[in-house]
Parts: sequence; structure tokens; C-alpha cells
Amino acid sequence: MSDAIPEFSKAKSGDGQDVSLTNLSAFASGPGIKSGKEVAAILAVAVIIIGGIELALRLFHVPLYIMPPPSSIVQALFEEFPLIAPHLGYTLVELVSGFAIGAAVGLVLAAVITQFPFAEKIVAPYILLLVTTPMLALVPLLILRFGFGYTPRIIAVALAAGPMVMINAATGFRRVDSAKIALARSYGASTLQIFWKIRAPMALPMILVGLMIGAIFGLLTAVGAEMVGGGFGLGNRLTTYSSMIQMPQFFAVVLILSMLGILIYVLFFLIGKKWASWEA
Amino acid sequence: MNAGETTAPKLGVQAATKIYHTASGDLLALDRCSLDIRASEIVSIVGPSGCGKTTLLWSMSGLHSLTGGEILLDGKKITGPHPDIGIVFQEANLLPWRNLDANIRFPFEIKGEKPDRAWIAHLLNRVGLDGFGGKFPRELSGGMQQRAAIVRALALKPSVLLMDEPFGALDSFTREEMNRLVEEIWLDTKTTIVFITHSIEEAIFLSDRVVVLSARPGRVAKEYRVPFPRPRSLEIMATREVFDLTNKIKMDIVGERATAKPEQQRPSAEIVRIRP
Repeated sequence: MSDAIPEFSKAKSGDGQDVSLTNLSAFASGPGIKSGKEVAAILAVAVIIIGGIELALRLFHVPLYIMPPPSSIVQALFEEFPLIAPHLGYTLVELVSGFAIGAAVGLVLAAVITQFPFAEKIVAPYILLLVTTPMLALVPLLILRFGFGYTPRIIAVALAAGPMVMINAATGFRRVDSAKIALARSYGASTLQIFWKIRAPMALPMILVGLMIGAIFGLLTAVGAEMVGGGFGLGNRLTTYSSMIQMPQFFAVVLILSMLGILIYVLFFLIGKKWASWEA
Repeated sequence: MNAGETTAPKLGVQAATKIYHTASGDLLALDRCSLDIRASEIVSIVGPSGCGKTTLLWSMSGLHSLTGGEILLDGKKITGPHPDIGIVFQEANLLPWRNLDANIRFPFEIKGEKPDRAWIAHLLNRVGLDGFGGKFPRELSGGMQQRAAIVRALALKPSVLLMDEPFGALDSFTREEMNRLVEEIWLDTKTTIVFITHSIEEAIFLSDRVVVLSARPGRVAKEYRVPFPRPRSLEIMATREVFDLTNKIKMDIVGERATAKPEQQRPSAEIVRIRP
């Protein structure tokens, strides 16, 4: 048994200052509930921008196929929604199932691989490759192999979300605080107990960041994959509407997509606030 | 002075030797360090920085394995963390994602035991943390965090309490308050306490015995009895005896530092020779 020299430096990992780029400040800078005055100001700015666009587009008689005014987009959203809704359903099925598979595999791999620093070093370049390769590129191949149904899209979403979840979760699991582990060990904790009672909660903020990024990448990939072949999903709607130059409908779909993205963000923001607020 | 004076030591450190294997070579942290601690005694360990105080304490707790020598608790060799030994770490070491209650429940969760609610309530009341159970560590001051850590360490009713520079990060007023609290708890429980500190005043105020370790590699250089009756008041700190004792210990440590060659490590061949 080889022990490390006990050290208690102030700026240790686990105090939350060491996680760069994707730490919880991503959440903190998010849509926190602000005072009534600020909410009013934000709404006023939105009204001015949207109203201004509307006014400008009408004033300069910009053709509908170049840029439809916001009012017609909202109108299209309501009128076309019954037609778009099933496609939204398809996209959601792909996103949720692909994300669930990718995130589960990513989490397990991150938890396992961080226990073996040597194996981690060997696997790291490949993980980086998976993170940086746009999984959209594989969609034509996947379609060739698995047909035009759900399968290739779900695989693509899983491939896009998994590495994102894994790389962030691994960062979380690597944040070892020797004093906290010593605390658990002093009560005779097993390796498994140390994992569940110390390492996992300590990694949770980074895991949530990974899940959020993974989900957003998953959405991106799902929509992209639907643009290639096949006849359903919000991505398919985008290509269909644009080929028919139905710009209000096209932008209505874009609006749905951005709302989906925001929904993902808010969901993880709220989860983070509930379960990982000790860090932010 | 204490009931256990004539009996076998509660905690015996026998020729404890510890070598850390680091990337930059072997590091001899403890060199045949021997020390007996009687039941219900409060012993402070002081010494220059990096002299192996924390290593000694972690070895006593069973968290570290010794390279040579052994630690005996009630005459039995310690091979790993022992339920009869509680530890208070530097800087409280509370789990930030758990509120106070959950932090104090933590040892019981690990052991799979039911928390002794009456005892915990008594301890919380003792350290003045009544009604703070729902608070998270970040909502508490440093002193309050350390009180909670003491409660957590005492929750399993250990017979030995090891305290590793517990109040080093606190301001001096809070520190004095905490010192009195430790004495109160001792009067209440008569737990054997081993206390590591950088503060000689703290060591004298709290201890029955102050042990001075030499610079690395750590060995017991000197021992001083502190004969004042308990409960002690802060006034004793202003007496001539304490002043003289403080200076003596200070000279021991400073003298050590002046004579020791800092950062000079022994060649590894020599280290191998001292293995038992």
C-alpha cells in the first residue's frame, strides 16, 4: 500500500475553482430569476427588437421568401402546429432514446475509466476524437446500414451525446479530494461506498454540465440526421418547407427547435440548482 | 494526575517509521518515532513544518500504513481505520453537498448503523449548534464548521480523538473559544485526545503533555508536562510559567530548524539501512 503525503492546500480540487470552461458558471450566468424591474426591461427589449424587425420588414416590403415578419411566423406556428406536432414527436423520440443510451454508456465509461489512470491515458485520444468528430458525418453511412427509420438517427444522437457526457463526467470523477476520501476511509468505507458517497456527489456538477451539453449536441445531431434521407422529424420539415419556399413555416420550425434547446438548458439548470447548488 | 497513569498506554507508537515513495525519490517522514499516550490524556504534538506531525497522526488513525514500527491501541496493533478512533481533520472537511445533519449522519451511513440521535443532540447542544442541522457547510462560519466536524468525530463515541491542526484556519479569538470547547468536551467525555498544532500557546493551554517533534525525519525531540489543573482559564496563559514553557518549546523548534539542513534528503541507501 503506498500512501500519498497528506496535503491540504487551500485551492484544492473540490472547492470548485479548478474546473475551467464548462464549470457551473455556465449555469450561474444563465436565466436566474431576477427582480421585477429587470424582467420588465428584458421584456421591453424583446418587444422593441421583435416589433422593430416586424416594422422594418413591412416598411421595406421585404419579400416573404427572404425573411417573413415575426407575426407571420407566429401565425404559421399556430396554424401548422397540428402538422408539425408528429414530427416534433419523432425528433423527441430520437433525442430522448439516443441521449439516454449515449449518456448511460458515457457515464459508466467515465466512472470506470477514471479509476484506472493508465487506461485513461490510452483511451483519452480516442475519446477526444469522438468528441471532436461531427457524428453527423456518419449519418449517410448509418442510413445505408440501418435504413431510413429511427435506428440510424438514434445511433447518431447516442454517438454525439455519449462522448460529451463522458468527457465532462470524467473531469468530475477525476476531482479527487484526498481529505474527503480519507474521512470516508477513517470510518471503514469500502471502495464502492467511497464511490457513491464521495466521488459521485463530487462529480455531480460536472456530470450535469456534461448531460446538458450532450443533450444539446444530441438535438443538433437529431435534426441534422433528419435532413439526410427519410421523411420525418423536424429536420425533415426544415428541408421540406425551405424547398417549398414556405418561409413562415420554416421559421416556425426553427422557433420550435430553439425552444427545445432552451427547454433542455432550463431543465438542467433547475436540476443543477436543486442538486448541485453547493458548488456554484 | 490521570486514572490511566499506572496502566498500559491507551495508544502506543513504537518506533514508527514512514517512508513516502514520491516521484522525486524516497522521503523519510518519520524515523523510529516512539510515544505513549495514556487513557484520558490530552497530548499535543508540535514541531517545525513538514516534520511529519500529520503523517504520525494519520498513521495513528490507521489511514496510513507504517513502513516500520507499529501503533498499538489498547495493546493491539492497528492495521487500518479503527472504530474506536475519531479524527478531526484540518479545515473541518465537511461534505459540502450535505447539510449539517447529513454530515453528522455520514459515519453511521458508512457503518450501516442507526444514528444515536440523543447523543448527537447532546453533542450539538454542547458545541452550540442547536437548530443548525438544516444548514449547509458554506452557510456556516469556519468555527461552526469545525464544531460540526468535532460532533461528527465524536458521534460514534470513539475512545481516542485525533485532531489534525483543527483550528489552524481560524482567527485567534475563535481559536481560543474552540480550545475551551475542546477542554469542556474532554471534561465531559474524558476522551483521549492527540492534538496536532502549530500554535505553542494552544498546545500548552490544552495539553497534559506537549511533545516536540524534530525536523524531518520526525522523531520525538522533547516532552513537556503541563501541570495546570482543569478547567483551565485563559488567565494561566499570562503566567510566568507558561511564558517560560512557551519560550522553551519555541527554542526547541527554532533551534531544530537552525541546525537542520532543510530540503536535504538522505541518500536512499542510508534510508534502506534504517528499516527494521
